[in-house]
Amino acid sequence: MANNNIGAKRLVVGASYGLRDWLAQRVTAIVMALYTVILLGLFLTGKNFNQVAWAGIFAMQWFKLATFSVVICLLYHAWVGMRDIWMDYVTHNVFLRLVFQVATILWLIACAGYAAQILWRV
Amino acid sequence: MSEVVRAKPRFGVMRLIDATGYRLPLAGFVSILHRASGMLMFLLLPFILYLLDKSLTSETTFAELQALTSGVFVKLVILALSWAYLHHFCAGIRHLLMDLHYGLDKDSARKSAVSVLAISLVLAALIALKLFGVF
Repeated sequence: MANNNIGAKRLVVGASYGLRDWLAQRVTAIVMALYTVILLGLFLTGKNFNQVAWAGIFAMQWFKLATFSVVICLLYHAWVGMRDIWMDYVTHNVFLRLVFQVATILWLIACAGYAAQILWRV
Repeated sequence: MSEVVRAKPRFGVMRLIDATGYRLPLAGFVSILHRASGMLMFLLLPFILYLLDKSLTSETTFAELQALTSGVFVKLVILALSWAYLHHFCAGIRHLLMDLHYGLDKDSARKSAVSVLAISLVLAALIALKLFGVF
């Protein structure tokens, strides 16, 4: 077993800290960065900007869906980041780390729910 | 601290407290601030959503938002969040470029670290001026 567990044959186990999450964090980062540029563009090019115009941006179906996709990207991105923080700094009590990780997931899912509620009320 | 001499060396995983003994290069500061800014935004995410909620729901809640954000403390929190976003954004782009193997040598890594700090601080300063009504 030990001899086979080298290089390309490496057996990757654990909290899925491999290429998948690394790549997901980068891809979600690019999506959020593009969204930031789009939102900033819409915000800065609006004339006589007021609450109606602001809510008007979010009333568009495509922008609602884009925003919600970004919220889901944020959820995954923040999960990977926070999980890295707990893995790096909460090293001496695995149970405590698990508590922090579960709390992180619940916190993020609750935030995504709140975001959905906000978006579909406009 | 680095000058502390421990009677018994401790083995195993490094603790956060062990990291304080090292003098970080500038890129190290950018890196730790990337973490800190990300964590700050994670913790204040409900507050950010609350602001979005108030701004979108109706003109009444928008007026409430304006009243809420006229306070100095709330302005400072928003400024901190703005800086966090800007720093995380710039440092993230630096990371992505490094993932593509740009600027990996010591000299350019230091230069890009300085740029990240400078750009995010200048933009945050502009936001501060806007927040406190200078322009």
